[in-house]
Amino acid sequence: MSALDDRPLLVAEGLTKHYGQHIGCADVSLDIHEGEVVAVVGESGSGKSTLLGLLSTQLLPSAGSVRYLMRDGEERELLSLSEAERRFLLRTDWGFVHQDARLGLRMGVSAGGNVGERLMAVGWRHYGRIRAEAEHWLDRVEIARSRIDDRPDTFSGGMRQRLQIAKNMVTRPRLIFMDEPTGGLDVSVQARLLDLIRGFVSDYGLAAVIVTHDLAVARLLSHRIVVMRHGRVIETGLTDQVLDDPREPYTQLLVASILQA
Amino acid sequence: MSDAAVYNFAYLDEQTKRMIRRALLKAVAIPGYQVPFASREMPMPYGWGTGGVQVTAAVLGADDTLKVIDQGADDTTNAVSIRKFFERTAGVATTTHTSDATVIQTRHRIPETPLREGQILVYQVPIPEPLRFLEPRETETRRQHALEDYGLMHVKLYEDIARHGHIATTYAYPVKVDGRYLMDPSPTPKFDNPKMDMCPALQLFGAGREKRIYALPPYTRVVSLDFEDHPFEPTKFDRGCALCGAEGIYLDEVVTDDCGGRMFVCSDTDFCESRRTPPRAAAPGLNEVPR
Amino acid sequence: MSHSSEMIRVNAVTKTFVMHLRDGARLPVVAGVSFNVGRGECAVLGGPSGTGKSSILKMIYGNYRADAGRIEINGPDGWRDIARASPRAVLSLRTSTIGYVSQFLRVIPRIGAIDIVAASARETGLDEPAARVRAITLLELLNVPERLWNLPPATFSGGEQQRINIARGFAAERPILLLDEPTASLDAANRAAVVSLIEARKKAGAAVLGIFHDEDVRDRVADRVIDVQKFAPEASTP
Repeated sequence: MSALDDRPLLVAEGLTKHYGQHIGCADVSLDIHEGEVVAVVGESGSGKSTLLGLLSTQLLPSAGSVRYLMRDGEERELLSLSEAERRFLLRTDWGFVHQDARLGLRMGVSAGGNVGERLMAVGWRHYGRIRAEAEHWLDRVEIARSRIDDRPDTFSGGMRQRLQIAKNMVTRPRLIFMDEPTGGLDVSVQARLLDLIRGFVSDYGLAAVIVTHDLAVARLLSHRIVVMRHGRVIETGLTDQVLDDPREPYTQLLVASILQA
Repeated sequence: MSDAAVYNFAYLDEQTKRMIRRALLKAVAIPGYQVPFASREMPMPYGWGTGGVQVTAAVLGADDTLKVIDQGADDTTNAVSIRKFFERTAGVATTTHTSDATVIQTRHRIPETPLREGQILVYQVPIPEPLRFLEPRETETRRQHALEDYGLMHVKLYEDIARHGHIATTYAYPVKVDGRYLMDPSPTPKFDNPKMDMCPALQLFGAGREKRIYALPPYTRVVSLDFEDHPFEPTKFDRGCALCGAEGIYLDEVVTDDCGGRMFVCSDTDFCESRRTPPRAAAPGLNEVPR
Repeated sequence: MSHSSEMIRVNAVTKTFVMHLRDGARLPVVAGVSFNVGRGECAVLGGPSGTGKSSILKMIYGNYRADAGRIEINGPDGWRDIARASPRAVLSLRTSTIGYVSQFLRVIPRIGAIDIVAASARETGLDEPAARVRAITLLELLNVPERLWNLPPATFSGGEQQRINIARGFAAERPILLLDEPTASLDAANRAAVVSLIEARKKAGAAVLGIFHDEDVRDRVADRVIDVQKFAPEASTP
C-alpha cells in the first residue's frame, strides 16, 4: 500500500453542531478510508443522524471541519467548496441512501428515470445508453428489467431501497452515506438488502458511513463502529471488538439489549 | 371626455412602467434569466395575459403599431380585448398585419411571416419555470438555474420517450438560451421553437401571476433540448392549409359540422388572409383606430 | 515479515472484564500471559474451562482488547503489537497473517456455502477458479454433501454449519492459524479430516495455536501444551 493510497478519504475534526441550547453533536473526529465501512450506532436522539448530516455537508457545523480526498488526489476542505462543486461531489463521488425512500427517489418519475438522473446531470445525452445503464443497475439490485418504466410508488419497501442504491451507484461513487437503510423493512427483506450492500462494498471498494440503531446490521456490514450518546462519541473501534468486548457502560447496555433469535 | 384623459398612457403609471423597464433591461442583459418584477393588478383576470399586457404597456410608444394574436388569430375574444384595451388607453395604431406591426403581443404563437429587426414580440406566459413539474420547490429550481444544473429537464424528456417512444412534449418545449439558461418558451407549439433561434426581433416574456419577466435579445441562440438518439423535431404536417394552400406552416383543426367534418387551416389568420387576397394593398388594418 | 522463527510473542498480557451492568463488577480473566509460538509448530492452550483460553485466543486475533502487555505478530511489515494497533492495522493483519476458526459460523444471509468458502480463499490471493477448486476440495474432505454446496448455510444443521466454517477457515492459508475448539462435536471421520488439515498447515510452516477439548485430537496435533492455569489472576480484586 503506497503512502498516497493510505491517505484517508474523509477526515472529520472536532465536528460540533448546536441547535440553540441543545447539542446535536459535540467534538466528533473521524477518519474514513477507501473501502472502509463505518457504522454509527446509538439510540434515537444520540446525534448519529446529525453527524451523518455534517459529514455529508447537508448540515453546517457550528465548529469543526471535514476534509475529503477528491478523485484528482487533492484534499479539499468541504466547507470551502462552491455550491456547484459540492453538488457535483454529492451526485458523482458520493451517494446517499435515506431510510425514507421518498427523500431519495422521485416518486413521480419511472425507475429508469430515477437511475438515469445522475447520468443526465453529468451530461449524458444518449437515451439508449442511459437506458442500457439503468437496466444494468436494475439487474445489479435485482429489480426486474420489466419494471424499468414503473414508478417507485408502485414498488415495495425493499425494492425502493434497492432502487435508491442503484440510483446512487450509477456514477460509481467512492463514498456512500446511509441513514437507517434497513429501517422499517421485514427481516427477510433486510437480509437481501444487507447482502446487496455487502456485495457492492466488496466489489467496488466502496466506503460507507451507515447510521443504524441495529447492532446486527452494524456487525454484518461494518469494519469499524462508532457508538454515540448525547451527541458525543463514547466508544469506537473494530466492530467485532466493540460488540464482543464493549468497554463503556452504555455500550455494554446496548450489546446486552440485543434480542437473541 | 376621451378615455385617454382618464388613463395614463397605456394604463400603467409611469413609475410602474419604469420599474418594468428596469426588469426588462436586466432580462435583456441576461438572456433567458427570470427577473422578478412587481406585477400589478390589471383590469383582467390572471390567465388572460396580464404579464404580457404589462410588458406591452411598458414598451409601447405613441408611434408604435400594435398587433395582438391569440393562438395565431387576431379575432379571438382575448386578442380583440387586449387590442381594444390599448386602443383606448394608449391610443396607438393597431394592425393585424405582422409586417406592419412594431409591437406584437402573442398568446402561444409566433407569426408565420418572419419577424425583422426593430420589432418586439411580447409573449404571455402562464408558468415561467420549466423545472417546476419535476421540482416543485422554487428555492431549489432557482439554485438549479444559478448553478446551470439542468439534468432534471432531461429526466422529463427521458420520461416522455420511455412512455411514448418519442419526446411527446409538443408545446412549452424547453430550450437552452445562449448556452446558459434553461427557458420555458411559454406554451408555444414546438413548431415555433426554431423561429426563436437567432430571431432578428426582440422577444420579451411576461408572467403576471408569477411576477417574472425574461427576454431573448435579437439574434440569440435558442436550442431545443433533446437526446443524441432522439433529436428535436419540429411538428410536421402532412398537408397544406385548406384555405390558402400554404405548406410548412402551423395548422389548426377546425370542426365544420357535427358529422365528423373537419378541415385544417392556417393558425396564423393574417398570414392566411394575406395569401388569399394578393397583392396586399397598403390598406389600413381591420381595427385601426381612425385619427 | 521478520525472518525470526517466531510468529506470535505474547508478553505480560492482562485481561479483566468490567461488568458495568452489574455495578462495575470486575472479572479478572488472565494476568501475566507470556509465551511465543513459532513457525511450523502447533501449540495448544491447556487447562480446565473458564481459565481464559478462549480470551487469550481472542486477544491475539484482536477481537478482545488486552488491558496490559504486548501481543506481537510477525506480519508483512515486521512485528506489530496487535494490542495497540489501529482498527485498520488489525484488519490488515487479519487479511494477511492471522486466520481464526471457531466452532460457530456467523451466517451471512443468501450466500451459498461454496461461495462463502471460495470468498475466503480469494482473500489470500487465489484467483476465482483456483479459489473454487480449493473450496470444492475442502467441502469434499469435510464430507459436506454436494447438494448443499450452493445453498446458504443458514438452514443447515449445526454440524454442517460447523464444517462449512472449518472449510472457510482453512481455505485462506495464512502464516498464523488460531483454532478455538474447531472439532467440538464432530464425528471421528471429520475430526480426522481436521487433524489432517492442521498437519498440512504445520508442514507449510504456519504457526498454529489452538484450544482442543478433545484429547485425541490434541495429542495428535500438539507439539507442546501451554498450561493457562499459570496465568490465573491473583485472587480477584474487591
